[in-house]
Amino acid sequence: MEEKVLRNVLEINDLVVSFEMYQKGFRKKKLEVLHSLSLDVKEGEIVAVVGSSGSGKSVLAHAVLGLLPKNATMTGNIKYQGELLTPKERKKYLGREIAFIPQSVDYLDPLMKVGKQVVGVYSSKERQRQLFEKYQLKKEVEDMYPFQLSGGMARRILISAAVTEEPKLIIADEPTPGLNVELAMDTLRHFRKLADNGTSILMITHDIDLAFQVADRIAVFYAGTIVEISPTGDFLAGGKNLRHPYSKAFITALPQNEFQPLKGTQPYAGDLPEGCLFAPRCPKAEIACNGKIAMRDLREGKVRCIHAT
Amino acid sequence: MSMKKGKKILSECIRMVLLLVAVSIVAFILITKAPIDPLVSYIGTNSTLSTEAKQEIAQYWGLNDPLPQRFLTWAGHVLKGDFGTSITYKKPVIEVIKSRFLYSGILMLLAWVLSGVLGFVLGVICGLRQGGIFDRIIKLICFILKSAPTFWIGILVLTVFSVQLGWFPIGMAAPAGKLAADVTIGDRIYHLILPVLTLTVVNISEVVLYTRQKMIEIINQDFILYAKARGESLWQIVRRHVLRNIALPAITVQFASFSELFGGMALAENVFAYPGIGTATTAAAMNADVPLLLGIALFSAIFVFIGNLIANILYGIFDPRTREEAGDA
Repeated sequence: MEEKVLRNVLEINDLVVSFEMYQKGFRKKKLEVLHSLSLDVKEGEIVAVVGSSGSGKSVLAHAVLGLLPKNATMTGNIKYQGELLTPKERKKYLGREIAFIPQSVDYLDPLMKVGKQVVGVYSSKERQRQLFEKYQLKKEVEDMYPFQLSGGMARRILISAAVTEEPKLIIADEPTPGLNVELAMDTLRHFRKLADNGTSILMITHDIDLAFQVADRIAVFYAGTIVEISPTGDFLAGGKNLRHPYSKAFITALPQNEFQPLKGTQPYAGDLPEGCLFAPRCPKAEIACNGKIAMRDLREGKVRCIHAT
Repeated sequence: MSMKKGKKILSECIRMVLLLVAVSIVAFILITKAPIDPLVSYIGTNSTLSTEAKQEIAQYWGLNDPLPQRFLTWAGHVLKGDFGTSITYKKPVIEVIKSRFLYSGILMLLAWVLSGVLGFVLGVICGLRQGGIFDRIIKLICFILKSAPTFWIGILVLTVFSVQLGWFPIGMAAPAGKLAADVTIGDRIYHLILPVLTLTVVNISEVVLYTRQKMIEIINQDFILYAKARGESLWQIVRRHVLRNIALPAITVQFASFSELFGGMALAENVFAYPGIGTATTAAAMNADVPLLLGIALFSAIFVFIGNLIANILYGIFDPRTREEAGDA
């Protein structure tokens, strides 16, 4: 990345999302799944949010896009280009300036031809054809139904649908599962190209290797919050350049590094420790870790740990 | 049309023939085992005919033959288009069924379309506003209607609209005492309203509850989230995705509900003394009119089967996922 101050396209501050659930009969219980999460994506930048499957990463995408179910409550704020993203603002931008690339072909209407779905409510047939050509989709594909698509075709169709209006921000939720390495790399190359042309991309994935390939910065997601955000270079250099003990352990656990697994499991959303969420598994944990830990800037990155240096 | 589709329709037709054979055998056995004597119902209980004469008629009709042979005799005539003569109406069975089916057909068609369209719209609204006040009221009404017997609803409608309010006639398909030639279309419509209303009300809860359930299923699908994320408004989502996905199952269920429609029709007709198949069935049963009963059994089986057949074929034609050949639209 070049050295100049870039504008924040997406900025998330202290986002808390909880779901109201019924427990044993009629007792309501609030389950907090995102805990004061902060994150920003700059112009033309790819930020990868990485974390294990089922840790609530998709909830983050849904919160930004306003897709949370009725039983969800949200506090904190989400800003798009410096403006608070209220439901009204969101309506203005969704599908035009803010686009979503979902996980799978299940997000397409099973009974509508894909060409028509790519066109959506804002774009045109011409634009769709142009994009199909760009992404090497045959013309016949526009008359196919989602169930007839191969994994690679589906991916390119979802990307086409996202970029019809040349969005400024793309939220991609697990854009590569079920693809072989070649197709996944292909998808990521498309992302890189979009970013190089000025689109900001928030990519949510559990595949750290793929994040290494294209992301400018990587945000480490743990138990419903982001514990560290650092330039990809720091991750590629192994554990020593990283800030948070979890990120260090996480990188060390990779096969290409020391392949040392971290003991224990992520805490369940209904049963969280006070203070630092990683404390129960952290070798450096001390009493001070039980207090409120804020995100702080540290060497080109951000971390949520009092020990980090 | 593809080979496969042709084959499917052919196999459905074979199924229909087998069904008709089975229905006729069962109906025939049931009627012969019932405590009715076709001879007595033909000549009347106070007949002065001598025992010998009665024996001769029984012999002539083949009533003393073994059961399989009697069935084959009847089936043979049916195949030639001869359903026998109705004892109740003193007319060929086929003629009775034809004229009666016309009356019942109009009644069922109107109630079917009305309950289908109205029920669909209500179901869609309830599904969209799940848990809201409108949804809760409609759902409650549907449960009440669903658990109420048809004849009871019929009597209720009759009591309110005919007896208390006096807006509509008490029954039948035309004013009493008017010559058939003088009966106007207006008369017929006027007499149809209450039976149609009853049958619609009886059928609508099923449609509403089914559509509502499907609707809730569909709006919780990922592709609806995706449509929202792409900036589609609620109305655009309903028009572009919801209706598309819900129409087919709803229409299919509507065709598959012919049997309930038929049953409801029979009861509603009896409450309103409407001269259709339903009242003819009751009359035939009361008079031990064997040929008419068998005829009606066969035709109602055909009717219900056609409904199911259309439902099956519709799915095959309109759902791209069950279409055998990729891309043939």
